[in-house]
Amino acid sequence: MSNDVFEQVKEIVSPYCKNKEALESATAETSFLEDLQINSARLVDIVIDFEDEFDIEVSDEEADKIRTMGDAVTVIKAKT
Amino acid sequence: MSNNQQRVVITGMGVVAPNGHGLDSYEQALRNGVSGIQHHEHLAETNFACQVGGIPQGIDDIKEDYLSEESLLAMNEAMIFGAIAAIDCWRDAGLPEPGDKPDWDTGAIIGTGISGLDTIGKKLIPLVDKGRVKRLGSTMVEQVMASSSSANIGGLLGLGGQVTTNSSACTTGTEAVVEGFHKIQSGQTKRMLVGGTEGASKYSWAGFDAMRVLARGYNDKPTEASRPMSASAVGFVPGSGAGMLMLESLDSALARGADIYAEVIGVAVNCGGQRNGGSITFPNPTGVQRCIQSALNLAGINGSDVDLINGHLTATMADPYEIKNWQQALACEPQQMPKVNATKSLIGHALGAAGGLECVASVLQLSRGFVHGSLNCEDLHPDLEPYADRIVHTTEDSDARILAKASFGFGDVNACTLFKTFNP
Repeated sequence: MSNDVFEQVKEIVSPYCKNKEALESATAETSFLEDLQINSARLVDIVIDFEDEFDIEVSDEEADKIRTMGDAVTVIKAKT
Repeated sequence: MSNNQQRVVITGMGVVAPNGHGLDSYEQALRNGVSGIQHHEHLAETNFACQVGGIPQGIDDIKEDYLSEESLLAMNEAMIFGAIAAIDCWRDAGLPEPGDKPDWDTGAIIGTGISGLDTIGKKLIPLVDKGRVKRLGSTMVEQVMASSSSANIGGLLGLGGQVTTNSSACTTGTEAVVEGFHKIQSGQTKRMLVGGTEGASKYSWAGFDAMRVLARGYNDKPTEASRPMSASAVGFVPGSGAGMLMLESLDSALARGADIYAEVIGVAVNCGGQRNGGSITFPNPTGVQRCIQSALNLAGINGSDVDLINGHLTATMADPYEIKNWQQALACEPQQMPKVNATKSLIGHALGAAGGLECVASVLQLSRGFVHGSLNCEDLHPDLEPYADRIVHTTEDSDARILAKASFGFGDVNACTLFKTFNP
């Protein structure tokens, strides 16, 4: 399950990534802003996509804590 | 002209038009009288009286060749049309692919009349009214701000000069050329990317339909719908797209060995003040004539020096008045008028992009030696009979040297540019 969620997160963030190579080799520690070079403004769009894809609601406080691939998986898994 | 004033030339162009994308395709469509006007089902479904329009075709198939997946997430139709035309224009000007550093010597004035109304209509208003503000995401502001296209293009090309948007209704695209001219002529910058872009949203067009200024009665024969100068003109056909020109100081163009399409020798903008017969929707004839004459004065030429006119000519009752204004401004007899054509007969009226698309058509005609025919005016308006042999119906070769282009817009605003074949 966690692997599936990780792969789905990868797919969701892919369009926003400027560094697609870093995404290919991403781990739980891979950060959205530094490693994947995602424009920080787009984090709100990624959270909306998580909400749609997993049918969950993510509060602003929870969204603020999502900095890495692993953070995203943790938040999503806690709600699904 | 004093010595420190720069001559201004055109070193690149880009176009996304209803009847062709790219300069060669657009030129062929103009030469061959290919109309970009089609019937659009979504206009029929929403009860438009005018269900035809000019919308660039095939852009979805090529947009990813120009723009990253990430960029496209934050771009509506006007931004995509504008970006593709701007990138084409940049490359056509022979400028290097954008790198890590801004090009401090190039700015942009990218006009739009109505801009991102598709985003506002489809997303912003429905979500906000449902109380779902959070769902708007991060890309709303950059798609609905008036400067959405210029801001986007400034980033794509790494522009380091002034990057802004002008808006003056249907005068917009030509006004951008005028403003860019001044920036370069006065020595403030080397290059300005200028023009206009407009999306094809039904929300943009609906108000014009309600005003009853759009063409009715041609829903089953779309290529006949846009009829500037004809007796049967019943209103304009809405259009969309983008047209861009790279204006550059002659010194800069020569220094880098750029190809030169033409020179801009005179420009003017003004407003008729909505007086003397002028209103929000109709031009004060004195204002129009003064605008054209101001451009002639700046160029230091006489009306008789003008060889071609690319009119505003939208296919409303204003067309005969426009032709009369040209004749009076140029101070010539009807029989001595320069030849006249109406690009809108092929692409419709692209509102804020019209001036950009038509300036590109104008410069192509001058630099490639032709004058394109105007469609659908075989039944010339009776008031235009004195000018009958000056109106070009079918494309012909041309050795014209000076072309006058004007655009007029709601607000009684006018813009005129004079293009001349380049002669060092």
